Amino acid sequence: MAVHDLHVLSGADASVRHDADVLVIGGGPAGTWAAVSAAARGARVLLTDKGYCGTSGATAPSGTGVWHVPRDAAAREKAKASRLEMGGFLAEHAWMDRVLEQTWVNIDTLTEWGYPFPVDENGQLRRTSLQGPDYMRLMRKAAKRAGARILDHSPVLELLVDDRGAVCGAYGINRQSGSTWIARAGAVVLATGGCAFLSRALGCNVLTGDGYLLGAEVGAQLSGMEFSNAYGLGPAFASVTKSLFYNWASFYDRDGRRIEGAGSSRGRGVIAKTLATQPVYACLDRADEQVRAWMRTAQPNFFVPFDRQGIDPFTQHFPVTLRLEGTVRGTGGLHVVDESCATTVAGLYAAGDAATRELICGAFTGGGSHNAAWAMSSGFWAGAGAATFARDARAFSHRRAHRTATVGLGEDAAQVWDPDEVIRAVQAEVFPTGRNWTRSGALLEDSLGRLDAWWTRVRRGRPAAGGVQVVRAREAAAMLATSRWMYRSALQRTETRGMHRRAEHPALDPAQHHRLVSGGLDEIWVRAQAVPTPAIPGAFGGRAAA
Amino acid sequence: MIEIVSAERCTACNICVHACPTNVFDAVPGGPPRIARQADCQTCFMCELYCPADALYVAPSADRPDATAVETAPRVQALMGSYRSSIGWGSGRTATAKRDSSFELLERAH
Repeated sequence: MAVHDLHVLSGADASVRHDADVLVIGGGPAGTWAAVSAAARGARVLLTDKGYCGTSGATAPSGTGVWHVPRDAAAREKAKASRLEMGGFLAEHAWMDRVLEQTWVNIDTLTEWGYPFPVDENGQLRRTSLQGPDYMRLMRKAAKRAGARILDHSPVLELLVDDRGAVCGAYGINRQSGSTWIARAGAVVLATGGCAFLSRALGCNVLTGDGYLLGAEVGAQLSGMEFSNAYGLGPAFASVTKSLFYNWASFYDRDGRRIEGAGSSRGRGVIAKTLATQPVYACLDRADEQVRAWMRTAQPNFFVPFDRQGIDPFTQHFPVTLRLEGTVRGTGGLHVVDESCATTVAGLYAAGDAATRELICGAFTGGGSHNAAWAMSSGFWAGAGAATFARDARAFSHRRAHRTATVGLGEDAAQVWDPDEVIRAVQAEVFPTGRNWTRSGALLEDSLGRLDAWWTRVRRGRPAAGGVQVVRAREAAAMLATSRWMYRSALQRTETRGMHRRAEHPALDPAQHHRLVSGGLDEIWVRAQAVPTPAIPGAFGGRAAA
Repeated sequence: MIEIVSAERCTACNICVHACPTNVFDAVPGGPPRIARQADCQTCFMCELYCPADALYVAPSADRPDATAVETAPRVQALMGSYRSSIGWGSGRTATAKRDSSFELLERAH
């Protein structure tokens, strides 16, 4: 990017200044593991969260499986092979191996820290799942104990770069006090999560693609943004998009007739299609007494909406819906270029759902368990990488810092835009399953026409609201930018692979066995990039996920 | 969405003001926090888990307010604090994470 035309930041631009070696943006699993890992390497760590580190993000209010597989060659081979085909063969063995190993190590660490893993009837610890509230409360404590300073309710508004374009901090605001802050740092980790477009899926409304925009504004690249159309299944009235238990559900129409082929995983397409014209009801009537009892202790949160609505989900039919979870359960995100999860920009690292998960999942979500394993692994590596970078980049605090935001922070433009109007406009393009579950070239072009027009307005104008409302304006801009990377990438991939489905190209095309890397803001570019070491190279002809 | 901050139960500790990930509450000097931005509530129930006085109630409806969720309703009274109790948080309780049977379900799910 052109540094020379950027606004130089002066001390007077913010009311509080922080100095750190490593700045971690985002306090979910990836961010807290990054903080712990960076601090263990002697870095002074500052962690900022838009909400509250401990409750923020998709993990905290949920329970999650963990891709935790013993150090047994056969078991790990089986675990890796299980989703290769669904993922369109875009994952890589080396990355899966190192995630499985790092997850094993980190789960041992959690055990040492006192996470209360259950014990089975044979006296064995069972460590394939984590309860979100307990896990994230523990991770906040762990980050603090490691010496990280935590700033809650402190969204970042833009990254800062030095004269050479290396990332050297961030500028933000405390959304409760309204005071602005500057953090100067030797390196920055983006652990801001994915983008679920304010769909109210459980824990997802803080996940508005902020890190993608922050990264793209300093020249970072994205990868796999076409794999961004995950929809969570849940009661129509509720936020709880936890879908594991729907493996024991049957699905019905309003007259109580079974909907053939409808199911939680492979049959979710049938649900999406049916919902386009009529309501769909579910009932967990395939769960026996034992399974019901396990469900109560496995995911207490699953039952909260039912208990409060006075519904017995095991015997009564309740309406369900699909809420867009975008890249939170998709696999696209910031492109990482080495084992430390560095982005293409010096001093900038990406972890968790903010980063691409194609490396271990390819083109199809691995569900919560792969994402949880990726978050703790990539966070650990990104924190370490950032600490090393910061150590090598001494004297950073004397560097000049430049501001990098391209949208939402301007004050002098004449044209005014309303963040809420932009958000509704983006949602209207990305929520409908008729546009996003199965895509088509014509509808992608149709949506992109309007989204690009909005970008031009947003880019040239200024948001209507000032003060802390600037946070919502930046979220709106991030979602708008994300939708354009998504749909441009989806337009370029003229095949069906993993979760990306094209109506007019229903089969997998062996000639498109590559990643799609994207970037840019005003002009979005997308280009194919070979998978460096594809798992099962040449194993084509597989069935794409329904 | 969040519907109730019980003036009767609230101790004005303001933990919910800090713990809410979407910044729904405003602290009020000397009194219970105010639900200042209900539309921003993402119905994640985290405020209830962090409230030591079981003074909060989040209605299950995620997309719109629920006018029937009033503190005087016996149904609501019975539900206040129920989620915190079910995960075993609070003094004298043990986190139910220790009894997490997800592994049984994960083995049978696919």
